Amino acid sequence: MQIYLPIAELPVSIFLVLGLGAAVGFISGMFGVGGGFLMTPLLIFIGIPPAIAVATESAQIAASSMTGAIAYWRRRALDVKLGTVLLVGGIAGTVLGVWFFNAMRRLGQLELVIVISYVVLLGAVGGLMLVESLRALISARRGTPPPRRVGGAHPWYFGLPLRMRFHRSKLYLSVIPLAVLATTIGFAGAVLGIGGGFLMVPALIYLFRVPTAVVVGTSLFQILFTMVAATILHAVTNQAVDIVLALLLVVGGVCGAQFGARAGKNVKGEHFRLMLALIVLAVGIRFASDIALPPEERFSLGVMEVR
Amino acid sequence: MGRAAALAIIAVLAAQPARAEGLVLSLSSHRVQITQTYTGAELVIFGAIMRDASSAGRQGRYDVVVTASGPKGSTVVREKVRTGPIWANLSQRKFVNVPATLAVLATREIDEVAEPILRTRYGLGLDALIVRSGPDQVEDAPFREALIRLKQEAGLYVEDGRGVTFITPGLFRATVPVPATAPVGTYDVTVALLSEGVQLARESTHFEVTKVGFEQALAQAARTRAWLYGLLTASMALLFGWMATIIFRRD
Repeated sequence: MQIYLPIAELPVSIFLVLGLGAAVGFISGMFGVGGGFLMTPLLIFIGIPPAIAVATESAQIAASSMTGAIAYWRRRALDVKLGTVLLVGGIAGTVLGVWFFNAMRRLGQLELVIVISYVVLLGAVGGLMLVESLRALISARRGTPPPRRVGGAHPWYFGLPLRMRFHRSKLYLSVIPLAVLATTIGFAGAVLGIGGGFLMVPALIYLFRVPTAVVVGTSLFQILFTMVAATILHAVTNQAVDIVLALLLVVGGVCGAQFGARAGKNVKGEHFRLMLALIVLAVGIRFASDIALPPEERFSLGVMEVR
Repeated sequence: MGRAAALAIIAVLAAQPARAEGLVLSLSSHRVQITQTYTGAELVIFGAIMRDASSAGRQGRYDVVVTASGPKGSTVVREKVRTGPIWANLSQRKFVNVPATLAVLATREIDEVAEPILRTRYGLGLDALIVRSGPDQVEDAPFREALIRLKQEAGLYVEDGRGVTFITPGLFRATVPVPATAPVGTYDVTVALLSEGVQLARESTHFEVTKVGFEQALAQAARTRAWLYGLLTASMALLFGWMATIIFRRD
C-alpha cells in the first residue's frame, strides 16, 4: 500500500516505513538510544532525499525522547537543572547546525558532509564502545573486577568560571564545558538528523562524572527540547519536514520502542554494549563503503530545482 | 486566365507540404491530481491526421512522435572522483533548462524516424532534446549522457519506439506516462507528424499536475505558514510520544 508524501513529493510503501520505524524503535527501546543515527541513513537508502530525511527525523526523535523522558521523570531519574543548562547550549548548536545545513545544501555538498560525518562519528564512537565492551567482557570472564575510576581530583575544566551546583547529579562545576558539549552535539544533531544521545550519555559519564542513575533521563530531556527546536527550525528555514512521513515514523517508532524496552531487560550489560557497538560500527562501515569503494555509477543527479 | 491563376495557387499549395496535413489532438484529461494514493498516472492522447486533396496521393507511411515534457528547471550532475582514499563528488556540471520529466513516444524507434540533423532541428528524441543549443551549452558529453541515463533509470525520462499506435490510417493513440515522482506544474505535449523523415505538421497541447485536497493544503502550509506547520509537526510528535507512555504503561 503506497502513500504519497506531500513534501518529499514521492510515494512510499506505508508498511515499509512503519516497519523501519518499528525496527529502529525496537533497537532504540532496547538500548535507550534515540535511533536517529540508524533511521536517517535508512531513510536515505530507501530513496528519501537526504535533506528531507534529516529534517523529518528530528520530529521522530522528539516523539521517542518524549516517551523516554516521561518514564524517567516518573522515576525522578532526571536532573532538570543540568538538563536545562545543556538545553541552552543544545538550542544554540541547533540554530548553527540548521544554518550550516542550509548553506551546504545550497553549495550542493550536503550529501558528502552527511556521509563523511557519519563515517567519522559512527566509526569513532562504535570503535570506542567495541574496545570498551570487549575489555569489560574479558575481565568479567577472568573474574577480575573492572578497574575502578580514581575519584577525588577533578579535571581542569570543572574549575572554569561560571560554576554552578547541580544537586541531583552531586556536581559543582563550570557551565562552560557543559555548554560547549551541548552546542557541539546540537550542531551535529541538526546537520545529521540524530538526537545525539549516543554521544551525550558517554560524554556526561566519562567527562563530567554525572551519576549513571540520572544520565539517560537528563540526556533524553535535553534531546526532547533540542529536537522540537530542530523540527520547527527546519520547517521554517528549509521547508523540508514531511509531516506524513513524520507521522508514519513516529507511530512505528513508538510501538517498536515498547517491545524493544522489554526485550532489553533480558540481555546482560556487557553483551548489550557489545551489540550496540557492533550496530553502530556496521552503519559506519556501510557509509564508509559508499565513499571508499569504486562506485558502480560514478554520476549522480542533484535535486531538481523547478522554477 | 482565371483558370491559370487557380492552377498556380494549387501548385503553390502543393509545394508546401506543411500545409497539406493537419493534426487534431485530444487529451483524455488536462489535469492530473495528486492525492494521498497517487502513484503515477497515465493520460491517453488521440490524434487525427487531417488530409486534403494535395496529400491524398502521398506515398510512404506516416510517423508520429509524441513528446510530453514536464516543468523545466536546473539540475546538477555530479561525478565521483577518486581523491586519496575516498570517492567524492568533485566534478559537476549544471544543466539550467532541462525538463523534470520527458516522455518520447513514437510509431517506431526514434532513430528510424528521421536523420540525426532533422531530429535535432525538430527536437525529436531524448538525445535531441537534451543536446539542444541555447542557454544550455554543456560541452561535456559524459555528463549529458549521465543525465539522460540516470533520469531514465529513475523512470523520469522515457523513450518508446512502440508508444504510438495507429487505430486507422488517419487516427492514432498514445499513452503518456506521468511518473510517481513527477513535480507539479505544466506539462507540454507536442505531437509531430512525419513522413519519410520530413516533418509535415506539428501541434501541441498541455496538461497540469496539481496537488489537491489534503496534499495541497499540507504542501501550501509548509511553504506559507512554516511556523504553524513546524509547531504542528512537533506537537504531533510530542502527543504521540506522550500517548505511548499511557497506552503501554505497565505500573
